Amino acid sequence: MLNAVSFQALPPDWPGGFWWHWLVFTIIILAFVVGMVMAFIYTERRAMARMQARLGPNRTGPFGVLQPVADAIKVLLKEDIIPNKADKLVYWLAPAVAFTPALMIFAVIPFQNGALLADLNIGILYVAAVSSVTAVGIFMAGWSSSNKYSLLGAMRDVAVVVSYEVPLVLSIASVVLIAGSLSLNQIVVSQTIPFILLQPLGFIIFFLAGSAEINRSPFDLLEADSEIVAGFHTEYSGMKFAMFYLVEYAEALALSCIITTLFLGGWRGPFLPPWLWFVIKVMAVFFLMVWVRTTLPRVRIDQLMALAWKVLFPLALLNLLFTAIQVLAIPMAMSWLMIVINFALAVILITLWARLFKVGWGRVEV
Amino acid sequence: MALKTEPFAVNIGPAHPSTHGVFRMRATLDGEVIVDLEPVFGYLHRGVEKLAEERTYTGFIPLTDRLDYLSSMANNLGYCLAVEKLAGITVPERAMYLRVILAELQRIASHLIAVGAFLNDAGAFMTPILYMIREREKILDLLEMVSGQRLTYNFMRIGGLSQDVPEEFLPALKKFVDEMPRWIEEYEQLLKENEILIARAKGVGILTKETAINIGASGPVLRASGVKWDIRKADPYSGYDRFEFDIPTGETGDSYDRYRVRVEEMRQSVRIIKQAMEQLPAGPVRAQVPHLIRPPAGETYTHIEVPKGELGFYLVSDNSIAPYRLHIRAPSLINLTALREMVLGWKIADAILIFGSIDICMGEVDR
Amino acid sequence: MKSKFFGSGIMKGMVVTIKHLFRHPVTAQYPEQRLNPSRRIRGVGLVWSQTRCTGCATCAKTCPQGAIRIVTSASLPDNKYKVEEYEVDTGYCIQCGLCVEACPYSALYFGRGIEKARYRRGELVETKEAMMETPDREVSGYFYPERAAKLPKQTLLLEKIWEKK
Repeated sequence: MLNAVSFQALPPDWPGGFWWHWLVFTIIILAFVVGMVMAFIYTERRAMARMQARLGPNRTGPFGVLQPVADAIKVLLKEDIIPNKADKLVYWLAPAVAFTPALMIFAVIPFQNGALLADLNIGILYVAAVSSVTAVGIFMAGWSSSNKYSLLGAMRDVAVVVSYEVPLVLSIASVVLIAGSLSLNQIVVSQTIPFILLQPLGFIIFFLAGSAEINRSPFDLLEADSEIVAGFHTEYSGMKFAMFYLVEYAEALALSCIITTLFLGGWRGPFLPPWLWFVIKVMAVFFLMVWVRTTLPRVRIDQLMALAWKVLFPLALLNLLFTAIQVLAIPMAMSWLMIVINFALAVILITLWARLFKVGWGRVEV
Repeated sequence: MALKTEPFAVNIGPAHPSTHGVFRMRATLDGEVIVDLEPVFGYLHRGVEKLAEERTYTGFIPLTDRLDYLSSMANNLGYCLAVEKLAGITVPERAMYLRVILAELQRIASHLIAVGAFLNDAGAFMTPILYMIREREKILDLLEMVSGQRLTYNFMRIGGLSQDVPEEFLPALKKFVDEMPRWIEEYEQLLKENEILIARAKGVGILTKETAINIGASGPVLRASGVKWDIRKADPYSGYDRFEFDIPTGETGDSYDRYRVRVEEMRQSVRIIKQAMEQLPAGPVRAQVPHLIRPPAGETYTHIEVPKGELGFYLVSDNSIAPYRLHIRAPSLINLTALREMVLGWKIADAILIFGSIDICMGEVDR
Repeated sequence: MKSKFFGSGIMKGMVVTIKHLFRHPVTAQYPEQRLNPSRRIRGVGLVWSQTRCTGCATCAKTCPQGAIRIVTSASLPDNKYKVEEYEVDTGYCIQCGLCVEACPYSALYFGRGIEKARYRRGELVETKEAMMETPDREVSGYFYPERAAKLPKQTLLLEKIWEKK
């Protein structure tokens, strides 16, 4: 098969035993998440501004690098307003329930060969399972605000998240078929050819489904001004709002890390240290997300649901089928043949679906 | 067991998160679909028609600036043509050509904002509107060089223009006109064939030819529905019959066609400016008129083609220094009456997009 | 509508956006970099010349807002009005320029001020001593081309080079 590797995956076995390993990696993960989220906020604002022919923030600190710090301080100092009829316990718990799963995903992402908090041998399945819990937190936020527009926004969000889980998991399954294991470290180790070349259709489906899950453009209709109010986090202010804002960027970071691990080859690379390659690839994926956000208009809610069920789900199923056939039929020495076949397949399938299916309702007779 | 649903009313309020001024829509929704829409306006009413009876003819020109504040030169032109027709004043040749140049520059500027705001309502997060505003900045620099202000110019007078253009205006205008087609090409490449925009805007908010003619629509809204009617060709004023240009029309009358018609009109305006620059004669720019004009008693209706449609001035004079009655036929108000019919059956996100594609300016609607 | 391949419209748009990453931005950072306004700028506040003004009040009659207030007194030996008070309420003024065009004796000019905010409403009224021409109350070239020729040229966005880095 295709997982004959050039070196073995190292088990996470550090000197000092289990508890030291856990402590060191917890600190590394927290520092990584906080630092990279700040870098993401800064990159998004500067890169989007330069693409729109203007400067971004450049007054706080040299080149504006302290802008996320200024944002954090502003949000901390704001008054915490709780609506009168809100369900207090649920209102208070919702940001925590939304934020914790986003942080738990980073436990299985490899920064280097063997450098991860827990090398679960069901790694990617754990990621898929934990990332669905965020939807519960969002629904708790929408319900406890006692505002009918927040409830509508939260219900739409849950519908979108649940619908887009299916193509997400199916495209993960294709990658797992090629790699031969569910553990993330093993998947990186077995990428002699990066999987984006072997699975172009899978990459596109995963990118779109992931963007819809984290409510980023072009699927950000819940935070848009075409929606009447700001969605499920309308009634939040102060630190709780900061948690939701952090959830959005932490999930974007998690998605970038997973795409890097699954499709771009994780920490593999020639000259630089592996963790530096990891950071570079994560920033490249995030730059792609910012680029897409700057250019594309928004998709409507019924078009969004139709895209999930009529387009992405059958394409993901067909992708899985054809990958399985190729993995069984093609010997290991001719693995470049898979690249050619997969690209041709991607072009044919996308063109076919674009001609056959219409996305969204038209006008309804009233 | 069928679920029983009942419609509920939602207020898309005067303080809009999108653009286009203070306008309120009361929509009745059934699930996601709009079943009834009631527009409420009047939040910007300033009593301009009544104020006209207390200002002199020349003193009213600054107030015409503030009707459709995104295309002030065109409003000035309409009012001055109305008074000149009533008083029988002929305008010198150089003033006529310069008026055409300024009005067409204003048309490009107004369409840039209209297209940018439409794409912004579709959701492209400010990128198209920032690019269009950058082009508009070049036009506003030129108009600032001529008149001294950037938004409410007050530059045309009864009998011509206020002053002649400075000598650095024509080289700068030539540079602008040479560069502009390339930028229009680039902005078309940005979002013209974008599949998401086509899925959002094609077939959405259709205004049929018969409805458009029945309600009296004008401007790009009418031309996108397939009617080839432009006042610059049908009833030429201020020397427009000396230039050659085309009138772009659409086929179906949906939002995408209105967007395309505006972009094509920008190209035709550049063509008109080039021809006017070549044929520009020398001479005075202002006819000799008395300081306080008293037109003979009578009435007139003069209409011109502003970027938003057909702007008409109905002027009644009784030989005194102020008009007896002035009524302004605002194109945005008449185009707005089609909103309910275009929006029924679509969803709220479509309603905002359709409203952006009609391109109204509340200063005109409420006067 | 059918392009050659389904995503080609999206790709073309993204190429345009990425090209902008390699161009200069068009912003000018305000307090440090100021652009030159037009030579004919219609600024807030007028400039009045006491020697040439005869108190005919044509400007006050032409003003559509009624922002100019003139009080004169007669009975001087050389048969001229003496202008006692000449006040312009810049809060009412809409900078239309009709008064500057109407003055038959070229005694009224536009100023070039743009940052003229005050804390109290009463401070917006300008009286005759404050309105005379001084080196820091410059005269704009609106309606007077010979004064416009002495002012610095306007910065135009057309002349800004922003394609190559």
